[in-house]
Amino acid sequence: MPEQPQIERPQSDRAQSDRAQSDRAMIEIRNVTRSYGSFKALDDASLTIREGEFFSLLGPSGCGKTTLLRMIAGFDNPTSGSIAVGGQPMEGIPANRRPTNMVFQSYAIFPHLNVEQNVAYGLKRLKLQGGEEKRRVEEALAQVSLTGLGKRLATELSGGQRQRVALARALVMRPKVLLLDEPLSALDKKLREQMQVELRRLQQAVGITFVLVTHDQYEALAMSDRIAVMFGGRIAQVASPKEIYQRPVNRQVADFLGGMNFVKAEIVEENGASLIVDTLGFGRVKTDKPKAFVRNGGAATLGIRPERLRVLWDNATAKFEVAGKVVERHYFGEITHLIVEIPGLEKPLSVTETNDFGADDIPVGTPIRLAYDPEALVAMGD
Amino acid sequence: MTAAVEGSPPLRMTRARRNALLQSEPVQGFALISPTFLYALILLVLPILVVIAHSFWTQHYLTIDRTFTLENYRVALTEPIYRDLLWRSLYISLTVSLFTVILAYPIAYFISFHGGRHKSLWLFLITIPFWTSYLLRVMSWKVILGYNGVLNSGLMGLGIIDEPSTALLYNSSAVIITLTHAWAAFAILPIFVSLEKVDRTLVEAATDLGDGPLRSFLRVTLPLSAPGVISAALIVMIPTVGDYVTPKLVGGKDGVMIANAIQAQFGKAANWPLGAALSVTTMLIVTLMAGATVLIIRALQRLAR
Repeated sequence: MPEQPQIERPQSDRAQSDRAQSDRAMIEIRNVTRSYGSFKALDDASLTIREGEFFSLLGPSGCGKTTLLRMIAGFDNPTSGSIAVGGQPMEGIPANRRPTNMVFQSYAIFPHLNVEQNVAYGLKRLKLQGGEEKRRVEEALAQVSLTGLGKRLATELSGGQRQRVALARALVMRPKVLLLDEPLSALDKKLREQMQVELRRLQQAVGITFVLVTHDQYEALAMSDRIAVMFGGRIAQVASPKEIYQRPVNRQVADFLGGMNFVKAEIVEENGASLIVDTLGFGRVKTDKPKAFVRNGGAATLGIRPERLRVLWDNATAKFEVAGKVVERHYFGEITHLIVEIPGLEKPLSVTETNDFGADDIPVGTPIRLAYDPEALVAMGD
Repeated sequence: MTAAVEGSPPLRMTRARRNALLQSEPVQGFALISPTFLYALILLVLPILVVIAHSFWTQHYLTIDRTFTLENYRVALTEPIYRDLLWRSLYISLTVSLFTVILAYPIAYFISFHGGRHKSLWLFLITIPFWTSYLLRVMSWKVILGYNGVLNSGLMGLGIIDEPSTALLYNSSAVIITLTHAWAAFAILPIFVSLEKVDRTLVEAATDLGDGPLRSFLRVTLPLSAPGVISAALIVMIPTVGDYVTPKLVGGKDGVMIANAIQAQFGKAANWPLGAALSVTTMLIVTLMAGATVLIIRALQRLAR
């Protein structure tokens, strides 16, 4: 019998990036504020984006992510604070002389030019010699799989093709940083998922620093090396997708990135890196103390993702379990959401189960036991 | 019984057909344009046909000889006086439309790109001169350009000239100045509309790709606003060729245009057929010129790439 390949179960759920990245800073944002009258679109934001990194600015609309991107591009200026790209301060440098290029949300394809002319737009000014311009245009079109469509008019392109033209037009300039303003939001779901994979692959191939603005948490999780989550003009958390998803610093971040069950807790002991808390449903739990944890009296909040709760079938037992009763069931094809009432908890728990064991057949009203890993319970500030 | 059965379906069908006819889009469209269309037919197409018919006839004092002749066209095209008047009219209208577009573009650009919340106020202000009669506006240019006019006394007051200049009024330049001013608003509006349609993100994209303000204007904004420039040029050029009041009032002897000659043929000279031939010739030439303008601007637009 041939030897079966074995995969070793990772011991830690701590985030590990797939790729070795340079630690050199590409974009340095220092205490940047942008005010419109008394309204602050961006409030004292500081951020370092590394060279060769796929970085996402994630947040709901109006959180200041696009404002920040436009300030990096040079279309807007900070009211206070500074932005440096590639070690060079950007103050007073107009957008047309910055080492950045942008893919606009509307793509902004020049309607009076064909694909080739669109891509060559920025090169024309450089007056390249001996067919270099043509070669670079061809190369950029090949990078985005548009070879052979150079003579098409902008008006004859589909949404996905327009997006690729916008990408090629920016990449052909060989910028230090490529800025993407919600580039996938106008595409339908299938194409969007395909483009996520392609964008990620393209970024790894060209090695340029990408800064993506998005309000779609799955897009940010799937594509980025690191994510900055923003709310109301402030940066709430900067970390790897895994860290952000598993260890959100506060309820707002946790809520924005998928479902999260919140459980009220009472702090019993706080020492160094860990917290011991009492909860009504989960009893006494010892958890890691998050870096950004600010003690606010004796109360804290614990969070657990719905997929980190497992249904215990038949007589199965687990070291850590809670018992309750199914009150609602929602079917989603490959998964089922169960809403489970736990005695003592003020809000029922939401549980996500894959359907391969028949979670979709659990009748409402059934008593149920749920297993959990105490490590999955994360403490966070309110 | 049978008769009723046989009789009713065709009746129902006609009614259905009539309803379908009334609800069909082309019919509704014709119904909407028919008042204007009839009006244009009676007051525009018929008179033009009458004029074209006259241009092939001959007048003997008060009677019209209806035998076909091309004599009128020979006179219209070969007599030096008419040829000169026609050339002058074309020259004046081309110059006027060129100046009008050049002067109107920055105004339209300013309102569209920098008008902010006050765009409609700016457009409103531009229409204010039209609250007065056209004749009054022409007369006021007479006051400005005349021998004892504002410009002459101003220049003398500043010591730039010693005696009033007669070169300002009663020549083709005076006609050009007056017409350029009179038609400015008609050029501003179409250019403004086409500039409004230029997606501002495109200008940002051009900037992002390295263009300074002038380059992005020449490579993006100007080509995309070409339709407005074409309509502005045509809107000014076509009517000014046949303008009759302005040359009469400020043109003097050197500013006479073809319309004045046509008016004379229908009036004092009492040669309707020649007047008609001059009119038709002017119309044809204007058509050719308008077509040429469209082609030239399109070619320039292509060059700008």
